Amino acid sequence: MRVIGVPRRRVDARAKVTGQTRFADDIFLPRMAYCKLLRSPHPHARIRKIDTSRAAAHPGVYLVLSGKDLPIEYGILPVSQDEQALCVDHVRHVGDPVAAVVAREELTAFEALDLIDVEYELLKTIADPEEALATPAPRIHEYGEEGNVHKRVSLEFGDVEQGFAEADEVFEDTFFYQGNTHLPIEQHASVAIKDPEGKLTIWSSTQTPHYLHRALAKVLQMPAGHIRVIATPNGGGFGGKSDPFNHEIVVAKAALLLDRPVKICLTREEVFYCHRGRHPVLMKFKTGVKKDGTITGMHLQTLIDGGAYGSYGVASTFYTGALQTVTYHVPRYKFQGCRTFTNKPPCGPKRGHGTVQPRFGQEVQLDKIAEKLSIDPADLRLRIAETSNAVTANFFRLSVVNLSECIRRVVKNSDWKEKFRKLPEGHGVGLACSAYLTGAGLPIYWNKMPHSGVHIKFDRGGGVAVFCGATEIGQGSDDVLAGIVAEVLGLETFDIRLYTGDTDLGPVDLGSYSSRVTIMAGNAALQAAERGKAIIAEAVAEKFGVPKERLHFADKRVFDSVAPEKGVTFAEAVCLAEARFGTIGAMGSYTPPKSLALYKGGGVGPSPTYSYTAAVVEVFVDPRTGWLTVPKIWIAHDIGRALNPTLVRGQVEGSVYMGLGEALMEEQEFRRLPKKLSHALVHKFPSMLEYKSPTSLDMPEVITELIEEPDPRGPFGAKEVGQGPLLPIMPAVANAVYDAVGVRIDEVPITPEKIMKALAEKKAGREPRFGPSHFPNVNWPQALCVPPPWEGGDGNAVNDVPRTARHSTEKEKVLSS
Amino acid sequence: MVSITLPNESQKTAHIRLTLNGEETDVSFAPYKTLLEVLREDLGQTGTKHGCELGECGACAVLLDGKAVLSCLLLAVECDKKGVLTVEGLAADGKLHPLQDAFADLGAAQCGYCTPAILVTAKALLDVNPKPSREEIRTALSGNLCRCTGYQQIFEAVEEAIVRISGTQNG
Repeated sequence: MRVIGVPRRRVDARAKVTGQTRFADDIFLPRMAYCKLLRSPHPHARIRKIDTSRAAAHPGVYLVLSGKDLPIEYGILPVSQDEQALCVDHVRHVGDPVAAVVAREELTAFEALDLIDVEYELLKTIADPEEALATPAPRIHEYGEEGNVHKRVSLEFGDVEQGFAEADEVFEDTFFYQGNTHLPIEQHASVAIKDPEGKLTIWSSTQTPHYLHRALAKVLQMPAGHIRVIATPNGGGFGGKSDPFNHEIVVAKAALLLDRPVKICLTREEVFYCHRGRHPVLMKFKTGVKKDGTITGMHLQTLIDGGAYGSYGVASTFYTGALQTVTYHVPRYKFQGCRTFTNKPPCGPKRGHGTVQPRFGQEVQLDKIAEKLSIDPADLRLRIAETSNAVTANFFRLSVVNLSECIRRVVKNSDWKEKFRKLPEGHGVGLACSAYLTGAGLPIYWNKMPHSGVHIKFDRGGGVAVFCGATEIGQGSDDVLAGIVAEVLGLETFDIRLYTGDTDLGPVDLGSYSSRVTIMAGNAALQAAERGKAIIAEAVAEKFGVPKERLHFADKRVFDSVAPEKGVTFAEAVCLAEARFGTIGAMGSYTPPKSLALYKGGGVGPSPTYSYTAAVVEVFVDPRTGWLTVPKIWIAHDIGRALNPTLVRGQVEGSVYMGLGEALMEEQEFRRLPKKLSHALVHKFPSMLEYKSPTSLDMPEVITELIEEPDPRGPFGAKEVGQGPLLPIMPAVANAVYDAVGVRIDEVPITPEKIMKALAEKKAGREPRFGPSHFPNVNWPQALCVPPPWEGGDGNAVNDVPRTARHSTEKEKVLSS
Repeated sequence: MVSITLPNESQKTAHIRLTLNGEETDVSFAPYKTLLEVLREDLGQTGTKHGCELGECGACAVLLDGKAVLSCLLLAVECDKKGVLTVEGLAADGKLHPLQDAFADLGAAQCGYCTPAILVTAKALLDVNPKPSREEIRTALSGNLCRCTGYQQIFEAVEEAIVRISGTQNG
């Protein structure tokens, strides 16, 4: 292959290094007005009265909007339509928008915010999940399980108590994973216009133009066909630009009313209020093992702080329990998850969505298990690692699995056997593994249509234009499309023109989330390119009188592979085909394979295939200060095939970086204002200076190895890389800290302060540990009992109505209601 | 409620002449504006980005008389008669600067949002220290946050550019 697998410059590199990539805020249009949002200063309140008349009369102000102008509720999940673009009568967190001003100048809009008079009636603030469980009223939302409990799930795959009875040892551990945020360097921005024909166009920094398209149609009560969403290249996303946002809807409405372009660009503080970041999760793992480390049963409970809105939360809740079985063989598994509402900015999907927190708990607990059983933690994992083509206890079908090979490589590369438990005090190594989806197996809203589509247009000059809804967020989705099409047609990526992220031009791709673009848009592009190639080959074969199977597409030519001089340029080949068949175009699409998980809740977790990662982290811990430094990380990732190794390495290292930030310093924290002020629950530090993230000085050396065994499900064998490599970093750091100074930090982030507290416990002869000690009582529903495949299960729950269609109930329920 | 009256953006009462990317440039603007705002809004040079407008992220770095500065913290009126270099001025004679080429080749730009500022900051380093060590590169770029790459490919691209620049000079 000439393109696939070759490290090369990405197709959009030139635009990026010359500053020509046009991000949303780089769009300036004639007559453009600017929008600012007035946000709630209170974490929880009723809006008694809102008077916008003074603001509307302010010179330079064109328009003031409030909740009554946009009352229709929306949200990313059909089951959580709980947001309003501007709050009508209820604000749920500091930063919830209540009004919008559009003015000739941004400063004027900002100034006029002060002229809006809002009368609030303060409500009791609910600060965390325990308080939410204990405080059924006032309710943050009028829907959910009860009180302030948003979602509760209970699933049991086999008799887990029997599993514990068969175990030689049973381990019980609680862990806490603090919330953190995406912190993309680009602040969210949008520009909306009423186009010359009178329809709506919006450019926005969104990872999911298709879902924004749907939300706009719903809230604005317009036919979707009259709305065009153009996702501008995102200046970093990481999941933070995956929800339809209030500011996007507001500028769309304003542009329609004013008949002029309207722009909004959020301040950094506002980006912290948009959030949708990592959920804080309290976890309890109970795991039974045989003396040789074999797992006999696992019971996981998660308590999730959802913040003020649903967002992706129902999916996040299931994700906290979905992938435990995908890494290691767990024959009996029980999962209970509970998400509560709190008066904080809403949590949502961040890189590794919902699986990161329990991955931390599971990998740290395995380290404890290995120590107790006197087994090397790498060897323990090799004994229990999942294998290719297995079906898990919760009915997820695995494809190619190279977890064991990942473990062996990092063990070898890091000199693990010479280091583990052998380094001097204060110096340690830790190991952890992970698995991640290569694309969600089900769409966010229930439908039977493809998850991704690609059109290719061929022109007489040999030009190839690729149209696809896929959204470039920096991960290289454009390069994936160009690479695949160029490879199939024997061209270079520079020969391919891309039209992506535009709901008018390209067929739907569901968006840049769940590591789905390479496999789904990639397979759609592969199919379209192969179909186009077949049309062209037929015409060329006819001209030369050779069987079309003998034709080869390479070096921008189409030629007889037996007699290479017999051939035409690619452009001539297109002309031959056009003369023979008329205008040439080709289409491709991709729908994931049907899942075996038929039970209610089985819609979250199935994927065409899973990526695997293993990592070893080396640390130095100063026992006098608790100061923790990471000099080196070894990582191996089971990628299937690297379509562009330069970009794949970038995704691995970027994941390591982001994981290290979570491990060491990043936290979305809140505090109460002093009583004499409002006592409001506010974000502790909505700024980049105080929200610590790793700089170039903090980044360790990373040794990356890619394991390439092509996966039959992926285009050219490719699996995901954007999220999986983040997951093992946090637990590997925790395990390395234990190796270095003998204390367990069962909480993320792992800060010097926590290490010092644990060291003090150790010195006092108590349990050398820092972490949560209890898990509150949750009123769990009766578990759906699904016998695992090896107990004769068919993927249905025995105590629920049998289900045959393969799609999650969550979605079906809403559509039928 | 107290209302503060802010100056009006359309009152372009300030005027400066600067050398922008080698070109004599006159610009009028509202006097409160930062160099970042004047570059992007009054001069149409959107290559320079912003991530916080508070001096925290480094995305707005430009070179002022050869020195890397945060354009969000600098009033444009302070830049009269100064030389400003932005990412738009890096390429010359139809050719990318070796730093740009190396960044493109080695994956140093993912989303590309922090890239313009990192490129000019790296250029400022190479202008005073043509053969910096990895540690010196790290230190020079420590004020530029990048959330995509993990920095490693950025360091490698700067080092590759150094090799290419010295190759050009020797050749």
